[in-house]
Amino acid sequence: MYAYDAYDHALVRERVNEFRGQVKRRLSGDLTEEEFRPLRLMNGLYLQLHAYMLRVAIPYGTLSSKQLTTLAHIARVYDKGYGHFTTRQNLQYNWPKLEDAPDILAELAAVEMHAIQTSGNTIRNVTADHFAGAAADEVEDPRPWAELIRQWSTLHPEFSFLPRKFKIAVTASPHDRAAVRFHDIGLILYNDPEKGRGFEVIAGGGMGRTPFVGPTIRKYLQPEHLLSYLEAILRIYNEWGRRDNIYKARIKILVHEFGMDKFRHAVEEEWQRIKDGPLQFAAEEEVRIREHFSPPAFEDVALSSEQDEKAMAENPDFAAWVKANIHPHKARGYAIATISLKPHGGIPGDATADQMETVADLGKLYSFDEIRVTHEQNLVLPHVRKADLFALWTILSHHGLASANAGLLTDIIACPGLDYCSLANARSIPLAQKIAARFDDLKRLHHIGPLKIKISGCINACGHHHAGHIGILGVDKKGEERYQLMLGGSGAEDATIGQITGPGFDEEGIVDAVETVVNTYLHRRSEGEEFLTAYRRLGPGPFKEALYGAR
Amino acid sequence: MSEHIITANNLRDGRVVYLTRDEGWSNNPDKAWVAATPEEVARLSGMAGLAAAANVVVGAELIPVIKEAGHVRPARNRELIRALGPTVRTDLGNQAV
Repeated sequence: MYAYDAYDHALVRERVNEFRGQVKRRLSGDLTEEEFRPLRLMNGLYLQLHAYMLRVAIPYGTLSSKQLTTLAHIARVYDKGYGHFTTRQNLQYNWPKLEDAPDILAELAAVEMHAIQTSGNTIRNVTADHFAGAAADEVEDPRPWAELIRQWSTLHPEFSFLPRKFKIAVTASPHDRAAVRFHDIGLILYNDPEKGRGFEVIAGGGMGRTPFVGPTIRKYLQPEHLLSYLEAILRIYNEWGRRDNIYKARIKILVHEFGMDKFRHAVEEEWQRIKDGPLQFAAEEEVRIREHFSPPAFEDVALSSEQDEKAMAENPDFAAWVKANIHPHKARGYAIATISLKPHGGIPGDATADQMETVADLGKLYSFDEIRVTHEQNLVLPHVRKADLFALWTILSHHGLASANAGLLTDIIACPGLDYCSLANARSIPLAQKIAARFDDLKRLHHIGPLKIKISGCINACGHHHAGHIGILGVDKKGEERYQLMLGGSGAEDATIGQITGPGFDEEGIVDAVETVVNTYLHRRSEGEEFLTAYRRLGPGPFKEALYGAR
Repeated sequence: MSEHIITANNLRDGRVVYLTRDEGWSNNPDKAWVAATPEEVARLSGMAGLAAAANVVVGAELIPVIKEAGHVRPARNRELIRALGPTVRTDLGNQAV
């Protein structure tokens, strides 16, 4: 884990003190709401439908047990006993009081956390592969690069007032778990057989009302030039990005309107000017940051034991959990365990203070003090000995945290929607709950296989509906909630934007429609063929026919 | 003209509130001051502005309501959810009071 140095500590503490003064002046009336609003947003404090909302940054989705314990403490003392993990690997509190906000930020600062740049037209919290440092398929741990970007982008004076918000995601695995092609900038670290380690740089991806799969701006970038290249992209965007229309202000629109050739030319020209300047960093600097992310002291443990096999044979629920929630680890005898925050009847991404504390304790006990937050609104213990999986599962079961559905149909992403969000047009959470209830049969879920459903309550697409194998978008039609259905999207390395099937549905109708789509897939799939593969082979025709009848 | 009330959020705790006839704020829309004429609406709007300036509430706005079985109900779905609380957490928000 990265540990703050004296500069980081001072910066965050000063920011808390500054905000404390601003809140005091707002409450006394020295600042009007118009004056105060941008200041509170700079500290992650929004005003939502029912109350204030505080968005806390979890850099590249990595937490220590101590940090997660503090998040639980804040939920219990200052909020309503729970928090909501978001599709940006952040945590949101839905009920904080304005007068408590400085104390909450001080509690966060004490464990090296903050809410800086979780709002506003700045470079937002950097996200990364949630299996980073553990995944069997990665080139190396990408988090040192994410940390470097965090340090470069935090309070970067030139990029504090961009045309619009800016999101960067990093992965170092050929299997993209960070949806890098749907970010303003996506970075894929890989080993080129001739040039060695380098980044593929993607620019201009995004979701929202105008979705784009990000095109590659540079196929290979030497790592020591990462920051200068990012700075060149940001500088061109800052200069040419549109500020006249909020809906056309993201970099994806600029790249689209310029065309990638023209945009790339402008970036490369700027980069040539600055690439050998102070942003080029020495190998020692990479070593210094990488030391913070040194792999834990893995023991050389057995692959599996007779005891594990026996536990699985005797406990079908445990076996189902292992099948869905366990992923291969790079160290022999270890596994990555996903803790699903999608229990039956639950709210996707919500965790109670008790559950957060439980996971924090389990992280300490079984995962070298590390926990991850996924953009799919789950938690992860990245380094668990296979021999400990049964004990871990047993404890998770007692706390309602052992849903064996990771990557399956009921592992649904849903934005807060109209239940909480002031931008939403329709509710997302009840829909996720109804779909989950319809498919509440573990055998059926495993029979269906991997299937990602993603639901957004408005066109801003916080629920990533464009990238869902089955995507659902809530709209308001003459005061009624309606839902559009789209199929075939993917946020993985084969990034694809889903296609709208046709006319939308009401709340009951969309649940039926999802079941119709799933049944059509089951009826038409080949042996072992997953949903997305089948959809790509079959095309939308059979699904549309099943949904709307022959026309 | 349809009937309207003024809603806002408390400055200190963000809670959803409604302007009442005695010029206070309540979390119960039934206690809200309902304006039925353009003149009343204009008067209400002016008072909401004063309350915002006095640092009591933020985001004051006029919303249409329907009177139903003796209750005042926001007309729009968004405002109805706002009046009550999350539909998926009936233990939270004004509905829990």
